[in-house]
Amino acid sequence: MDFNDNEKEAKFRSKVREFLDKNARKRTGSSSSAANAAAPETLQGKAAQVKALQDAKNWQAKKAEAGLAAILWPKEYGGFGGTPIEQVIYQQEELNYFVHSGYFEIGIGMLGPTMMTWGKDEDKIRYLPKMLTGEEIWCQLFSEPSAGSDLAGIKMKAEKDGDEWVLNGQKVWTSGAHFADYGMIVARSDPNAVKHKGLTYFFLDMKTPGIEVKPIEQISGSSNFNEVFFNDVRIPDSQRLGNEGDGWKVSLTTLMNERLAVGDPAGLDFDEIFEITRDLEVEDGLAINNSEVRQKMADWYVQSRGLKYTKYRSITALSKGQTPGPELSISKLVTASKMQDVSSYALDLMDMGGYVLDEKNPVLNNVFQKGLLFSTAMRIAGGTDEVLRNIIAERVLGLPQDTREDKTMPFNKLPSGKTN
Amino acid sequence: MNFDFSDDQKLLKDQARKFLSDKCTRKVVRTVLDNTDSQYSKELWQEIVAMGWTATAIPEEYGGLGLGMLELCVIAEELGRSLAPIPFSSSIYIFAEFLKAYGSEEQKQKYLPKIASGEMIGSFAFPETKGTPRASNLKAKVENNKLSGSKLPVNDGMVADVLIVAANSDSNQNHNSLSLYVVETNQDGVESKLLETLDPTRPSSQTVFHNAECDQLGDIGEGWSMIENILNRAAVLFAFEQVGGAQTSLDEAKKYSVERYAFGKPIGSFQALKHRMADMYVKNELAKSNAYYGAWALSSDSVELPVAAAGARVSASEAFHFASKENLQIHGGVGFTWEYDCHLFYRRSKMLSLNIGSIRKWKENLISNLEKRNIS
Repeated sequence: MDFNDNEKEAKFRSKVREFLDKNARKRTGSSSSAANAAAPETLQGKAAQVKALQDAKNWQAKKAEAGLAAILWPKEYGGFGGTPIEQVIYQQEELNYFVHSGYFEIGIGMLGPTMMTWGKDEDKIRYLPKMLTGEEIWCQLFSEPSAGSDLAGIKMKAEKDGDEWVLNGQKVWTSGAHFADYGMIVARSDPNAVKHKGLTYFFLDMKTPGIEVKPIEQISGSSNFNEVFFNDVRIPDSQRLGNEGDGWKVSLTTLMNERLAVGDPAGLDFDEIFEITRDLEVEDGLAINNSEVRQKMADWYVQSRGLKYTKYRSITALSKGQTPGPELSISKLVTASKMQDVSSYALDLMDMGGYVLDEKNPVLNNVFQKGLLFSTAMRIAGGTDEVLRNIIAERVLGLPQDTREDKTMPFNKLPSGKTN
Repeated sequence: MNFDFSDDQKLLKDQARKFLSDKCTRKVVRTVLDNTDSQYSKELWQEIVAMGWTATAIPEEYGGLGLGMLELCVIAEELGRSLAPIPFSSSIYIFAEFLKAYGSEEQKQKYLPKIASGEMIGSFAFPETKGTPRASNLKAKVENNKLSGSKLPVNDGMVADVLIVAANSDSNQNHNSLSLYVVETNQDGVESKLLETLDPTRPSSQTVFHNAECDQLGDIGEGWSMIENILNRAAVLFAFEQVGGAQTSLDEAKKYSVERYAFGKPIGSFQALKHRMADMYVKNELAKSNAYYGAWALSSDSVELPVAAAGARVSASEAFHFASKENLQIHGGVGFTWEYDCHLFYRRSKMLSLNIGSIRKWKENLISNLEKRNIS
C-alpha cells in the first residue's frame, strides 16, 4: 500500500503542473478560503457569472492549444488520448488553481462521446473541434416537468414532417441553456410504443426558431438551470443521432459518460466546520471543548475520510487499468447530506447569529448559510438520494426491481397524474 | 496510487474465506453459544494454528512467520465475517502486540513462540467495573512484586494462560500512573470465573488476583501510554473484524429479502427495505475504506496511526452495529428468535464495539488526536 504515482503517472502529473504553473494562478491560504473558492458557481454573485464565462472560454482555448482540453478524447478529435487515471490526475491538479472548467464538462464529458458513438463523420468534423476549444458550448435537454427521476417518461413531442422533425413541449433543469450554442435532446416520436421504445435523439442549434429559454431562480437566488420551451421547432432529419425509436439507447451513451467524480469533493466538509469550532463560543466556552460538539465532529470526520479513501480505492483500480467498482455510486449520496448536516450544525453553533446571510457585512463568513441552501439542490440534482439508493440496491446489491407497469404498457395508456 | 492489498494478500484472504466457510460453520459458532462449558472452539483453534495464522505477524526469531500487519488485517476481516468463536483477538491483536512492543528479550523468548504456536493463549485484563477505565476506578495493585485486585470483564479470561494486567505500582508515587504486568494464570493467586455476557460466543471472565506472581512489562508508570499505543494497533484489526461481520449481515439481509415473499412479491423489491440495505452498503464501504487507511498507517508505522485507527474503529463499530440491527429488522419476526442467526451478529457487533473501548470513547480519541496533530 502506498499513495505514490507510478512512473508514467508521475511524468504526466509533472507535465500537467508545468502547464498549470505557466498559465494559471495557484490557490493559496487557509482551508476556509479554499472552500470559498472551490464552492460551486451557484454560490457566486450574478454579475460575476458573465465574466466567469469569458474567462472560462479563454482558459479552455489554452488547454486545447496544449492538447489538454479533453484528456479522454481520442487524438483524432483533438483530445489527449489519455486514460481515466490521467483524467483524474488532471482534475486533481487543476483544482489547485483559479480556473473555471465547469461550463464544458457536459459537452466534453457526455455529449462529445455521444456524437463520437452515434454521429456521422461530417458532424464530428464540424462540431467536435469547437466543442473542445470552448468556442461552442453544448447543453443536455433531457429532464421535463413530468420526467425527472423517471427520465424515460418524457413527453416532448417529435413529429416527422417530410425530412424534418417538429418538436413541441418543454424541457427543464437544463444547465447552461442560457449560454449554450447547441443542445442534444431526447423526444417522444411514438406515444403508442412502450415507454423506452418510443424515443428519438437529436442535436440542434439553440438559436433555431421556436426555442425559448427561461432561467429558473433557485433557492440560493442564482440561476444555473433553465426551462426551455419548444414551439413548432423544426429540425432536419440529418440531426437525428441513432435510429428512430432508439433514443433511449443513445441517451444511455450520454448518461454512461457522467464525469468520474474522483476529485476531492468541493465545498463544505469536516475541515471547514472543524475550523470554526475553534473560534465560535457556545454556552460553556469554545465549541471545540464541548463534548457533544466533539462527538459530532468525529462523525463527519469518518464520513469525510471514508469517502476520500473510497476514492483512493477507485483511483487504484483505475491506475491498474480496471474499472472502479460500484463504490463510486455512494459519493454524491453521502456528500450532499453531509453538506446539509454540516451547514445546519454550523449555524446551530453560531446560535442566534446563525441565520444572518449578509454579503455586505464582513463580520461573519456566510459559507455555511449558503451551504444550507445549496445542499438542498445537491440532494436532488443528478439523481435524488432516493434514486441513488435504488441504483445501489438494484445494480450493486442485485435486489429485484419493483413491479413496473411501464415496462409493458403503451406510453399513452400509462396513468400520468398531475403535471407541474 | 496503490491503495489496495497485494495479490498475495488477496490470495491469503480468499484462502481464509474458503477455509472458514468450511471449518467455521454456524454450527461451530452455536456449539460455543449453547454450551457454557465450551469457551471457544478448540478444533477451529487448532486448525487456524496449523494454518499459521497465530504466527502471522510474530517475528521469525520468536517462532513466527514474520509477515506484516496487512496479512493480519485480511485474516481479521475473514474471522469477523465468519463469527469465529476463538480467542484470536485477545491473544494476537493485543497480547502479542504488547509483548512485541514492550517485552524484554526474556519475556519475548518465553511467550511469543508459544503464542505463535497456539500452545498458549494470552489476553489483557484492564477494566474493573462498568464505566471508562480511569485512575480513579482502577484499584488493582502491585506491592512487593505481588499483584492483588479484581478485573472485569476479561475477554477470553477463562482460557487465557497468560495475561497483561494493568495495575498500580507501589514503587511509583504518581497516583495517576499505571503499570503493566505479565501474569500467568496457572497459579494459586489467580482465579477466573465465567461472566455471563451479551455474546457467549466470545466468553469473558471476572479474574481475581491475590498476591499473584507478576512480571513487570515495559517501564514502570508508563501503562497508560503503552495501552493507548497497543489499543490503537488493535483498533485497526478489530475494525477489519467488524467490517467482515457487517458484510455478512448485509449479505444475509439481502438473501432473506429475496427469498421471503409478502404481498405477492419478494420483500427485497420494496423500496423501504432496498433503501435500508443501500444505507447498510454505504456505511460498510466507508468503514472498509477507513479500515484500509488504518491498515496502511499500521503497516507503515505512520505518525497518522492514532487518527487512522480511531477513524477506522468508529466507522467500523457503527457500520457493524447498524448492519446487524437492520439485518434482524429485515428478517421480521424470525429475526429475534434463537433459531435464526441474526442475533449472533447483533450480539457480536455490540460486544466488539465495546471491547477495547466504546464508540464515544474512540470519537473522543479521534478528535483529541486531530487537535494534537494540528498543534504540532
